[in-house]
Amino acid sequence: MALSREEVLKIAKLAHIEVTESELAAFQDKISSVLEYVGQLQELDLKGVEPTAHVSGVTNVLRTDEVKSCDPETRERLLNAMPAREGDYLKVKAIFG
Amino acid sequence: MALNYLTIKEASAGLKSGEFKSVDLTQACLDRIQAVNGELNAVVEVIANSALKEAQASDERRSMGKSLGVFDGIPVLVKDNIQAVGTRTTAGSKILAGYASTYDATVVVKLRAAGAVILGKTNMDEFAMGSSTETSAYGPTRNPWNTKKIPGGSSGGSAAALAAGMCLMALGTDTGGSIRQPASMCGVTGFKPTYGRVSRYGAISMASSPDQIGPFARTAEDARLALGLLEGQDPLDSTSAEAKRYVWEAPTSLKGVKIGVPKEYFVVGMDEEVERTIRQAMAQLKELGAELVDVSLPSTRHALAVYYILMPCEVSANLARYDGMRFGYSAPAPTLHETYFKTRGEGFGAEVRRRVLLGTYALSSGYYDAYYLQAQKVRTRMCQEFTAALSGVDCLLSPTSPSVAWDLGEKFDDPIAMYLSDIYTVSVNVVGVPAVSIPCGLAQGLPVGLQLIGRQFEDDRVLGIARAFQEATDHHAARPMM
Repeated sequence: MALSREEVLKIAKLAHIEVTESELAAFQDKISSVLEYVGQLQELDLKGVEPTAHVSGVTNVLRTDEVKSCDPETRERLLNAMPAREGDYLKVKAIFG
Repeated sequence: MALNYLTIKEASAGLKSGEFKSVDLTQACLDRIQAVNGELNAVVEVIANSALKEAQASDERRSMGKSLGVFDGIPVLVKDNIQAVGTRTTAGSKILAGYASTYDATVVVKLRAAGAVILGKTNMDEFAMGSSTETSAYGPTRNPWNTKKIPGGSSGGSAAALAAGMCLMALGTDTGGSIRQPASMCGVTGFKPTYGRVSRYGAISMASSPDQIGPFARTAEDARLALGLLEGQDPLDSTSAEAKRYVWEAPTSLKGVKIGVPKEYFVVGMDEEVERTIRQAMAQLKELGAELVDVSLPSTRHALAVYYILMPCEVSANLARYDGMRFGYSAPAPTLHETYFKTRGEGFGAEVRRRVLLGTYALSSGYYDAYYLQAQKVRTRMCQEFTAALSGVDCLLSPTSPSVAWDLGEKFDDPIAMYLSDIYTVSVNVVGVPAVSIPCGLAQGLPVGLQLIGRQFEDDRVLGIARAFQEATDHHAARPMM
């Protein structure tokens, strides 16, 4: 199935990805060709087949909900990874407004 | 024999007997990187000083009789989507350019605890999305057998580095074939363990339901040593399985070993010379006492479609974290929203954006049932078919890839042609079983890989069969001329 220009723009908006005008046609083309290929599954009769949730039969893994501190070096590395940092705070653009 | 081409077993014996030191091994690998990496671009970061220090520490331990075992002093490389403090972890993406690893992945903790020497990080397709290592933001890797050719992907850097003698073992990740396919194309052994056997903690998530870490090694015997080091349940990866589920049984010879040959794997699209090479290997297996039986995996023709729905859907969710806020590239923009859009638009390459968009579409309202749910149903069928096909045999056999390494750029603009090269590998991830790719000869002067697939948690059986084949043949000893 072929995606329209508008559909690509809509998913790009949902995915929070900027797509430039010059890329739009190529994305439209290539995503459509993949959708066309994977569309073959829709012709299968899968009545009564349960969808897979997990392949290796692992069941719920539970643990106590408690805070574990990390070592100061790891903490500092995590803080340093932030693009904009003020003290120990992560600095972002205004969320409201 | 050059030190940098030794197996782990040989190197470990040499270190033990005092024939050479870890510093010598490490220096040999560093020299080799220095000599050929300019042409291959297999390694994206070398931490020479740190590696030599680790090697020295290993030699000192040994001299005091305190060796940590087989891996103590063995130089290894790590794929660049696995965190190792003291290196950058870029996952081949511009969005993580310069990102300094914040903690050690569980597999890296295990490597360090065993005394392995970390040499640096290897190149890869961006976020492991690709079959040729051409989508890396840091330039393509070239195949040491012929530098006009791709090394396979996405762990092409690890495969090329090992094949070219830059390390004795390398880590990769395999979501749809990303260890086995480059291993096949570079003529080394590549192993994808059972889903859940090796912790993924610290590996950058691509598609969580098939992602798996595994080793590249010169022999199946070395791969087994590596698995022994890497495996184990990890509280930090809730999908890792309990060790009591492992089946330790492994054949030591091919006599009486039953190998299933899925008839659907020998129909269309395979290169003739690759097929001839695979059939020769099948004849060799028979001569060595293995029994080949026909089996069937009827859903094979849908496997790629299943994978190319499940994977982008999971990718679109996993890559939502790259928002320019907590880590990585952040594009300057006037508002929060524009920061998200520009960061992700500029930071992700074209193939990554394509897959995120595809996954977003397939998961969006009104399409979930038609794509994701439908794919998960076919996945159930595939699991049943694999269980049935594997029930009367010790393992299954297939080519690893329908062709040998292709020219750089050849399939770059045609996603379907690129995806088709994963036909023999994706099912293994979809159903979560272990599989190894071992070299089985050359076609057009380039390596061909034979894939052996086992039952869940029977990793040892698969590697045992591969080892028995390698002990009786010498395909795995072939090396590129470079």
